[in-house]
Amino acid sequence: MLLIPCPWCGPRAEIEYRYGGQAHVAYPPEPAALTDAEWAAYLFLRDNPKGPFAERWCHAAGCRRWFNVLRDTATHEIHFSYRAGERP
Amino acid sequence: MTRLATGGRIDRSAPLTFTFDGAPYTGYQGDTLASALLAAGVRTVATSIRYGRPRGIFAAGVEEPNALVEVDGEPMATATTVELRDGLTARSLTGRGRLTAPDDQADQAGHDRMHAHCDVLVVGAGPAGLTAALEAGRTGARVIVVDERTEAGGTLLETRDLVGDAPALAWVAAATGLLAELPEVRVLTRTTALGRYDDGYVVAAERRGSRGRLWRIRAAEVVLATGAHERPLVFAGNDLPGVMLAGAARAYANRYAVLPGRRAVVFTTDDSAYAAAAELAEAGLEIAAVVDPRPGGGPDTAFEVLAGHVVAGATGTAEVTGVRVAGREIACDLVLVCGGWNPVAHLYGQAGGRLRYDDDLACFVPEGTAGRCRVVGAAAGEFSLAGCLGEEPRPGPPAAPVWLVPGDEPGYDTHFVDLQRDVTVADIEAALATGMTSVEHVKRYTTAGTAHDQGKTSAVTAVGVISALRGVPMGDLGTTTFRPPYTPVSFALLAGRDRGVLHDPVLTTAMHPWHVARGAVFEDVGQWKRPHHYPGPGEDMAAAVLRECRAAREGVAAMDVSTLGKIDVQGPDAGEFLNRVYTNAFAKLPVGSCRYGVMCRADGMVFDDGVTMRLAPDRFLMSTTTGNAAAVLDWLEEWLQTEWPDLRVRCTSVTDQWAGVAVVGPRSRDVVAALAPGLVLDNAGFPFMTWRETDVPGAGGAARVARISFSGELAYEVYVPWWYGLALWEAVLAAGEPYGITPYGTETMHVLRAEKGYPIIGQDTDGTVTPVDLGLGWAVSKTKDFIGRRSLSRSDTSRPDRRQLVGLLPIDGEESLPEGAQLVEDPDVPVPVPMIGHVTSSYRSAALGATFALALVKGGRDRIGTTVFAPLGDRVVAARVADPVLYDKEGAHRDG
Ligand SMILES: [Zn+2]
Repeated sequence: MLLIPCPWCGPRAEIEYRYGGQAHVAYPPEPAALTDAEWAAYLFLRDNPKGPFAERWCHAAGCRRWFNVLRDTATHEIHFSYRAGERP
Repeated sequence: MTRLATGGRIDRSAPLTFTFDGAPYTGYQGDTLASALLAAGVRTVATSIRYGRPRGIFAAGVEEPNALVEVDGEPMATATTVELRDGLTARSLTGRGRLTAPDDQADQAGHDRMHAHCDVLVVGAGPAGLTAALEAGRTGARVIVVDERTEAGGTLLETRDLVGDAPALAWVAAATGLLAELPEVRVLTRTTALGRYDDGYVVAAERRGSRGRLWRIRAAEVVLATGAHERPLVFAGNDLPGVMLAGAARAYANRYAVLPGRRAVVFTTDDSAYAAAAELAEAGLEIAAVVDPRPGGGPDTAFEVLAGHVVAGATGTAEVTGVRVAGREIACDLVLVCGGWNPVAHLYGQAGGRLRYDDDLACFVPEGTAGRCRVVGAAAGEFSLAGCLGEEPRPGPPAAPVWLVPGDEPGYDTHFVDLQRDVTVADIEAALATGMTSVEHVKRYTTAGTAHDQGKTSAVTAVGVISALRGVPMGDLGTTTFRPPYTPVSFALLAGRDRGVLHDPVLTTAMHPWHVARGAVFEDVGQWKRPHHYPGPGEDMAAAVLRECRAAREGVAAMDVSTLGKIDVQGPDAGEFLNRVYTNAFAKLPVGSCRYGVMCRADGMVFDDGVTMRLAPDRFLMSTTTGNAAAVLDWLEEWLQTEWPDLRVRCTSVTDQWAGVAVVGPRSRDVVAALAPGLVLDNAGFPFMTWRETDVPGAGGAARVARISFSGELAYEVYVPWWYGLALWEAVLAAGEPYGITPYGTETMHVLRAEKGYPIIGQDTDGTVTPVDLGLGWAVSKTKDFIGRRSLSRSDTSRPDRRQLVGLLPIDGEESLPEGAQLVEDPDVPVPVPMIGHVTSSYRSAALGATFALALVKGGRDRIGTTVFAPLGDRVVAARVADPVLYDKEGAHRDG
């Protein structure tokens, strides 16, 4: 079970969190201006790297905040976490 | 065969009686079942799984492959780790184990769970583990030591090693005494570390008599001092009872004061067996010879050493009676084998640690550190006691392993690699002959290493045999993957107290005691217990639901709706926020009004729906479906925090702050008039889809009443603080008594809404359904943007032949279509018959006097009036496609 550092609450066990997929996939400012293919890419296409991966977690059973984690998908090592809206 | 008169760590003043396969025996406090059986001369304890061959006790610890027993209802335990207790009843397992206990005799021991955090977790309390624990403990660190044995000491309990000039156990006693004085150090014996998980998380099982404790330990650092397991040798007949690991025999003599035979031949490639032989001889065992394949043999010894020779085969049928060495037969009743030692690297492997094959040590050794795990002592390949104690290591001579000993005759049918799985060298030859080269493939093909012992005595041996047969270096082959658990663990221990009602939290409403007293039949909706129906005397479910439905349509009925998810949405931008979240507009909803809203995911698929009240210009009370409340709140938070942090909005769950009762039916206005005397109730004064604050004297005073209908009938929902929920419910029933008010459950609610074609998200939808598919296009704004809007114009979501929600009326109004039934246009065409949809909801309607269903059907709205078919295996049910609104389409009942 991962030990995930919430930027507000500190390190807590994985069961307190909900996973939110790849980080920094912004909602397009003007969805109507996108082609079907561009919109489908926003909806469905995500990176799946082996190695460091910026992903979102929500401290669902804690402070309820969404934040970002840089985790190695091969070793599960968490390098660091940072608040939503921040850049590492 | 012999209990020694002195020595050992048994209590001769505490004799214990037990039975094994029906026969009575005695042993002592401190015995294991295995040591007591050996002391009683029981040689054969099991019958092998495939070939039915006799098998004896082979090891003295968790690595035991043979001696599986059923003990006092526990279906499978290793006799070598079962502590003897008075009255113990054990049975040998013949062939495969069976779960024979009926459900009502399931393990009810009430196991516990503990959570702990520490700076250093030391796994193993042998010399290396105790040394590491002392080192860490003296710094003031919080240390937990776990060890699977009954007391600290590790293999020092099983040898007569010295530390300095004193017995090693004196050092152990001193070390545990020092640890006991350190306030932050905790030593857990009888506790097996089962698995290592991410970020220093270790799960361990502690045995406490018939009960257990599951420890979940989070450690900043894990020190693995797990020791080593002795390796057998692979020769003809090496599975006969009487063939035993040399270190195991040494343990039985030193720890349990038992000699497991009278006359032994030692067959070893490792010096450790010489020490074992010396200690056993001193205890009275006759050592007939030491057979050592190394040309120069081992250390100096008093025994006859046949250096450069091997045991070509063990002889005997029921048990070993001798060995063949260099053309001669040596009589013996014990063959003590040692093929070297394997570091116990299971937890390290689970941490993703790499193992390196060390040619000098002839074993796989952990390399470096991995996942907060550090390996010390024999587990790290440090086999000298001095090295384990942190002193200058004294390495032994380079190892000369022998992986496979050819017999006098060709063939490997009795060369056993995995005693539990009955896997022989012949099986491995067969696997290699098919072209397999990977140890993982050979493991799966032969099942070597897959038994309860997870290959503790067989996995590396199998690699060695492959290496010998293929001529490939061990290091190129590698090991198989290590997976938890390290030793078998019962499901009852893992479950602990999370069983029955404690398995998952149960949520009940303030009115729950009334529902129970009334004899409601409950259903689970999310974690809530909701009344499904209220059977009357002699009524079945169908009769109860028809009665409840009739009351709601013709008189008045009441339902506990407290479980609906409720989210308080506040802030100056709350209206704008809901405008973006719902497919329809909320920003201009007047205070005092409510509106039905639909939410989509970004992909345009319906996610939730519900009615939202505007309480104030900057405050809304959103309702969600019962099972989806938490997911909706997470969803709202996600968008507020990650996409629209500029919006000044805050959300709070208030689901269990407000208890609610729906009062439904043509007479509901009369009931609410009696309940809330101050409320203006005519249509003009209290129109549909508005809400009012009022006084409900019977339920604590202040209440919120909304004119909302999920049935098509005139209806009110009354909300009071949760504390007054039961009072409100009783007040509603009292006010409704003159009108025969009828409590109803979720099944009736489902029927009533289905008759009106109102979908239930999660029942009539499955994450592939858009609002337009559901016929909710009227609730999809054409003018504002909302989450998912762009998706509704994708080519796939705007197809005309998408599955759309329609009603189904079986031609035979007595036929019920099962929910989930597939629908076809023509049941008589050759298979595969194209599917055009499926039934999502199906009921019997009191109002229609027939059965009906809702279904998602391809291009369904264009099929209205046509007939579709549901092939149900034994019969085909025909149904007419209809508009989903089957009752009161013009809405005449809404205003009473
Ligand atoms: Zn937090």
